[in-house]
Amino acid sequence: MSGTESTVPAASFGATPIMRLLPSLIIWSLLLSVPFWMPLVGGYTALASRVLIFGLAAMGLNLLLGFTGGLSFGHAAYFGLGAYGTGLMLKFVSGSTPLAIVVGVLVGGMAATVFGLLTIRRRGIYFAMITIAVGQMFYFIAVRWNSLTGGEDGLTGFSRTNIGFGQAVLNLHHTITFYYFTLFFFAIGCAVVWRVLHSPLGHTFVAVRENQRRLRFLGLSVGFYIWIAFALSGTVAALAGTLYALLNNFTSPQDLNWLLSGDFVIICVLGGMRTFWGPPLGATIYVVVQDYLSSITVNWMAFIGALFVVVVLFFPFGLLGLLQRRSSQ
Amino acid sequence: MELLLFNIFNGLIVGLFYALMALGLSLILGLNGIINFANGSFLALGGYLAFTLKPEIGFWGALVASPLLAGLIGLVIERGLIRPLYGRDPLYSLLLTFGLAMIIQTMLRMTWGANGLPFKVPDFMSHPLSQTYFFLTGYRVFVVVLTILAAGSLFALLQFTRVGVRIRAGNSDLETVSALGINIYRLRAVNFGLGILMAGLAGVLAAGRLGLTPTMGASLLMPSFVAIIVGGVGSLMGSVLGGIIIGVASGIVTTYYPAASQVVIYLIMAVVLIVRPRGLLGQEGLLE
Repeated sequence: MSGTESTVPAASFGATPIMRLLPSLIIWSLLLSVPFWMPLVGGYTALASRVLIFGLAAMGLNLLLGFTGGLSFGHAAYFGLGAYGTGLMLKFVSGSTPLAIVVGVLVGGMAATVFGLLTIRRRGIYFAMITIAVGQMFYFIAVRWNSLTGGEDGLTGFSRTNIGFGQAVLNLHHTITFYYFTLFFFAIGCAVVWRVLHSPLGHTFVAVRENQRRLRFLGLSVGFYIWIAFALSGTVAALAGTLYALLNNFTSPQDLNWLLSGDFVIICVLGGMRTFWGPPLGATIYVVVQDYLSSITVNWMAFIGALFVVVVLFFPFGLLGLLQRRSSQ
Repeated sequence: MELLLFNIFNGLIVGLFYALMALGLSLILGLNGIINFANGSFLALGGYLAFTLKPEIGFWGALVASPLLAGLIGLVIERGLIRPLYGRDPLYSLLLTFGLAMIIQTMLRMTWGANGLPFKVPDFMSHPLSQTYFFLTGYRVFVVVLTILAAGSLFALLQFTRVGVRIRAGNSDLETVSALGINIYRLRAVNFGLGILMAGLAGVLAAGRLGLTPTMGASLLMPSFVAIIVGGVGSLMGSVLGGIIIGVASGIVTTYYPAASQVVIYLIMAVVLIVRPRGLLGQEGLLE
């Protein structure tokens, strides 16, 4: 039952094509007009960039977590590797932003591909533990390899550079331009995930989540598909990581830490793991709440912790999941 | 040579903390089916409770009372927050204990402050026992002895008491245990409390060695996960063995290449996963 239902994104419960496209249209026009309405609601544009980046990372994770059913608690590693790859590239090799993005995505994506092989050797809770531990390995490398990564203090001394197109120059130092730059990559990420989910491969992912035994009867290798999902999802998370490094002009070991992995997972659950737009919605709420809480109290972590507890106990299907259930009743 | 021995012994002590923590985690992972992220926070809680209780009831009193108290708090939390999650996707218990860890850690910081606190052990234990092997202080030997005692009594409890037999039976087939008329909710609660008790004990011992900070448990938590993976999920003996192996390995590496002392733990894990995915003493197909 949930197999077919849940591959259909939450945005498409309407019947007519117009109704089906409407939610996406609203979402994209809202995203495109952020710099105009953001100040009116008391936000700032860089916060919106942060939301997009976390949303993209969570969407990548969700490919594995929500659609393939692989419980990864270590995706911050690939996010952080993307960030470090970009930062190191800009600092030591070349000042080209696009090149740094490509390198960051490759570094994070390849790490996910290689270490995915290690994690798929086990399933269930065991899988989760291995992803956590593997993720933490990169954290310790970043903390201890002082000469390269700057250790605990993080990597500084690089900044995003403008991109020239012949005569025209894309001024990335401008916050609003950078927002649209981020949005562009967010859209690419969304397109990739959307495409995958609506391909035979994506349907196989959902089948892995729903019934591994039946897949094995059909002669498909479950481990292989989890691995592919792991690699893809790590690559999308790495793309988000590269953007995060560019946004902050700084990379900290915290970008690799398991606490951030936990943030990504709760973002997916909060928005609705079984839905396409769930993770970005979850990211919006989570990033804004965290930003607000950390500005009013030093003990914000307790409130975030309480948010985890409340979501688990009362909203296990997430906001869009709730909406979906209501509309199907 | 002395330096190597020093580091190996140091690694052994830290490895024992990992082992104690991994024992508690393993217990809870087995019967409750939960990866308890909050275990590290309970460890710190045990240490801080001992810090507060020590002036009142002395070191020995605190050593006994604070793990018990931590276990009791664990029981309350199990009843209120963990119990609704049994039988649901492990994702939810992961997230909940993750949130719980943040809450407890913040509360520790609010109560006892963000700065480290010293935890003094009785004077007679802080002197070196030997001139050449200056690192053999009474306290370190005491940690070794007490860990062996604690692990030994846990194994005896599981082997010879009625509750222990039920816990082991529940690990292999909870449904049958329930069908035999045993209240598995109470059994799981007892088991959870036991796991937290081990964490609390590790907390008191670690406080005497490493000092107290609100994040002390979090930094011991990850290696304990690795200890379980290396030792094998489902095997308590494996968890102890895994803890000692990674602790000692980390100590040896510290001697020659300090920067890699943490990373080596994860390398060992990677090798074990490639060569023997179920871990050294683990059973095939458990918890998957």
